[in-house]
Amino acid sequence: MSGLRYIDNVVTLELDAEKCTGCRMCVQVCPHGVFEMRERKAYIIDRDACIECGACERNCSAGVISVDAGVGCAAAIINGWIHGTEPNCDCGPGSDNCC
Amino acid sequence: MPDATAVATTLLPADRLGAFKVRLGIRRYGYSVEPGLYQVGAPTPASPVLVTANYKLTFDIVRSELTGIDAWLLVLDTKGINVWCAAGKETFSTIELCRKVIETGLSDVVEHRTLVLPQLGAPGIAAHDVKAFTGFRVVYGPVRAADIPEFLRNGMKATEEMRRVTFGLRDRFVLTGVELSIGWRPKTLAWLAASALASGIGAWGFSWAMVALRGGTAVLAAYAGLVAGGLLTPLLLPWLPFRAFSAKGALVGALAGAGLAALTWSAIGPLAATAAGVATVVIASYVAMNFTGASPITSPSGVEHEMRLTLPWQITGGLVAVALWLVSMWI
Repeated sequence: MSGLRYIDNVVTLELDAEKCTGCRMCVQVCPHGVFEMRERKAYIIDRDACIECGACERNCSAGVISVDAGVGCAAAIINGWIHGTEPNCDCGPGSDNCC
Repeated sequence: MPDATAVATTLLPADRLGAFKVRLGIRRYGYSVEPGLYQVGAPTPASPVLVTANYKLTFDIVRSELTGIDAWLLVLDTKGINVWCAAGKETFSTIELCRKVIETGLSDVVEHRTLVLPQLGAPGIAAHDVKAFTGFRVVYGPVRAADIPEFLRNGMKATEEMRRVTFGLRDRFVLTGVELSIGWRPKTLAWLAASALASGIGAWGFSWAMVALRGGTAVLAAYAGLVAGGLLTPLLLPWLPFRAFSAKGALVGALAGAGLAALTWSAIGPLAATAAGVATVVIASYVAMNFTGASPITSPSGVEHEMRLTLPWQITGGLVAVALWLVSMWI
């Protein structure tokens, strides 16, 4: 992707490969090729490409992937800091403050 | 046959105008279609079911790629938000999908039990739960609607390439309209007008010439920062150094700010010119940082990381610009 990489060593993605059932869903849903199957188990091969969208965790029927998924938008994070809540981008009807 | 609205695969001028407007951030909310089941072409009970969001921009892109294909289009109620954002906000969700499958009586409409979902809907959909609740198997289709025909021809197999999110020049460009739209919001224009007027006040009393000169510079700094951070930085993204978007934006903003300061140096004095230059950098950095929200390559942890690093600099820069500007009014 023409050298477009974001900040390294920050993502919260974890995978317990021992308990992986080899369903391949994480490999399918990941939009950045973070996972690869090796000997019928999933492995993280490019952790820093992860954008924490949460698709893998949501579709892991064995429940062995965890990631602190959320909205990756500066305005949302500021909203969260101000209101002491999770980041909330407030995108939706009636909002003029959407990222 | 069941009650499903037929839709065309060709877009009308009104659809294109609508798309153009929402890309510029004009009435982006409420740009939606009625959720439910639609038919494309002449689908039979054997035809595939494609699932999408009820943001009209999304709906139009999907249907416009389906020329010559007979399919069912199941539109979820995502409150007019695109698939990926809606998946993140849990309106493009397992529950909503199951609800629509039941509400539309889909199991009586089609004889198969397969739903094709956009891959970017996966953060909101647990495929195994959909199967358990409705009996329908979820197959994740390609990221891009343009790949749907090939995906269907390949027996619902997505290639490696179809599964990857890219962020090419064109993708980045179409997203800049919304970033720049802050520049023509009434609130922004009112603020700029007020700032320009206030710029006429100083040791000289009030002067319209100063409104034009100093006020004009302030307005120019705001738009230079916006264009540097909201247009140039997104376009140049892969070629700019640094990983943090705010740092990339600050770099482009520094070039724009230096140019603005040089241009106005003799007319408004070194202090005010420096203030305008610094303000340009700060605005560019902040606007570029916000572009993380539009990018498909940034993780929330990374955004928070860069914000903790650069927000103090942005705030300091902002205070320095204001202080220099205020001092320049009285000497």
